[in-house]
Amino acid sequence: MLSTYSWPRYAYRRAAEWGAATVPSVPLVIVGAGPVGLAAAIDAAQRGQRVIVLDDDNTVSIGSRGVCYAKRTLEILDRLGIGDRVVAKGVTWNVGRTFHGEREVFSFDLLPEAGHQRPGMVNLQQYHLEQYLVERAMALPAIDLRWQHKLISVEPGDDGVRLEIDTADGPYRLRADWLIAADGTRSLVRRQLGLDIEGKVFQDRFLIADILLDSEPLPTTRTERRFWFDPPFHRGESALMHRQADNVWRMDFQLGWEAEPEAERDPERVRARVRAALDSQGLAHLGFELEWLSVYTFQCRRMAKFRHGRVLFVGDSAHQVSPFGARGANSGIQDADNLMWKLQAVIEGTAAETLLDSYDIERGAAADENLLNSTRSTDFMTPKSRAARVLRDAVLSLAAEIPAGRALVNSGRLSVPTLLIDSPLNTPDADAFDGWMVPGAPLDDAPVCTAEGPAWLLPHTGRGFMLLHFGRPDAAVSAALAALVQSTLPLHMLVLLAPGEDAPSGAAWLTDTQGLAASRCDARPGTVYLIRPDQHVAARWRRFDAVAVRAALARASQQPPP
Amino acid sequence: MTTLNTQPNFAMPGQRARRAYTPGDDFYEALIAAHQGLTDAQSELLNARLVLLLANHVGDLGVLREALALARGGVVAAGAAEAGQ
Repeated sequence: MLSTYSWPRYAYRRAAEWGAATVPSVPLVIVGAGPVGLAAAIDAAQRGQRVIVLDDDNTVSIGSRGVCYAKRTLEILDRLGIGDRVVAKGVTWNVGRTFHGEREVFSFDLLPEAGHQRPGMVNLQQYHLEQYLVERAMALPAIDLRWQHKLISVEPGDDGVRLEIDTADGPYRLRADWLIAADGTRSLVRRQLGLDIEGKVFQDRFLIADILLDSEPLPTTRTERRFWFDPPFHRGESALMHRQADNVWRMDFQLGWEAEPEAERDPERVRARVRAALDSQGLAHLGFELEWLSVYTFQCRRMAKFRHGRVLFVGDSAHQVSPFGARGANSGIQDADNLMWKLQAVIEGTAAETLLDSYDIERGAAADENLLNSTRSTDFMTPKSRAARVLRDAVLSLAAEIPAGRALVNSGRLSVPTLLIDSPLNTPDADAFDGWMVPGAPLDDAPVCTAEGPAWLLPHTGRGFMLLHFGRPDAAVSAALAALVQSTLPLHMLVLLAPGEDAPSGAAWLTDTQGLAASRCDARPGTVYLIRPDQHVAARWRRFDAVAVRAALARASQQPPP
Repeated sequence: MTTLNTQPNFAMPGQRARRAYTPGDDFYEALIAAHQGLTDAQSELLNARLVLLLANHVGDLGVLREALALARGGVVAAGAAEAGQ
């Protein structure tokens, strides 16, 4: 059906270990070459690890899957080397509008402030994202991407995992020190380990129709998410319309639990639904073709623990949410972002193995937040009792009249990064700070200037731990900083100069051209931030103190205090 | 004179919310949960008891009359629309 995309076919190759007399040992295997597994593989390779990726298919995902990639995900994709491609191909938007019947009742702006490189959200069909990730992975020699290698058994041990993999040439075995399960909602790894994933099944059905419009309905600069409760073209249910790349539009219709999936998949019936939705928005002059359609249900659930010894679960294998809120692929890519620097540190011996338990704690908290918001959105859209429906309809009626009503309308609370406030890796503030750059928060971006010209702050972070010093340090602090960096590897240092300050000698620097980095961090001259390899804040002080920095680094790496 | 506050106003005193929608969503979830397992008649009684409790807490008759007028205004308008008038 798809006319705007043809799937690449990736070649099967026989594994080097095939037919080996003894079971070969490898450091790291990732199961699943979806967006999360590929993000993890690229991150591992960029951090110097060798990695094997197994996938039972030979192409990228088929059909309607993830669409919305949030600002934090784009920042991670920048670090992984494909941010520009995703933003260039995708459709940038920040504004969401919600309607009840014919009236607009609520709108939101995901990025109300300027001074960030990336927008609140970019829409892109998942297969494009996966293709860019595959191409990036193939350019990294440390990644061995194995298509049509189907994992068939997993046997966990204390110091590694034994795997059996089936191929066209027959099966072979591997022993991996570490296994990352990025193998999706029906994770074979999870089932092989006999682990549960628990939560709620929602009794509702939804229809997805991806359509190709025959001309542009709106300028791409005015792209917005549109959501309707009880629209004139689909009475009594909800609907959603979203632009993707190449003038393909995602339409999502709530059908109710009683709907017959087979009947709803009838293309004629779907065309009539789409036609009515377009006509009702004044788009009767536009023709369309169906690119893809499916009828789906969903669940909101998570595994109790994401780490099981040497096996780590990321993305849909560990947690699943409803699509309203764009919290699936976004949270999975953030799982990879959180995990891979920790795994590198453990493999290289610069951190204790318990650092990996913080992956479970931090991303478990993120999963809980995503599940909470996703469940609330779904409960609002699909009231489960007459009382709940009466209250929901009362909110919608008040929403047309007063701001207090609008604030309660929940058509999806869109993905924002979790502040890891309760993480054991954080050093609690000893000094007073305002704002939201608390220990555990991902560092906000800001426009900066290098010797070469305008740039952004975030791409200068993320290789290892980094100490960010606001303002030009005096001679004594400069010497102390240099001594600390020399004796404490791997630690990078970056001076963030106020506008007009002279560059320091012998230290990396940027100029905070608009003072936005300082204001977002509530920084004054001399303020120091310790930033983790995943760009989250680990600690901060009003004055540099080498002893305090060493202690915070040890805490963030789960090492004994120095 | 105090007037009816029609701006978003949910909060946990002493705590700050990173996302503006969170305190309101917390309340709404608690409200729906309070109705769980009740018959329709019991739910109506719960809503009525809740209105009376909150009205007593507000106390100011001017504010309450404003709220009554605003609440009733939307209901009558909606009813008229449904009747095709």
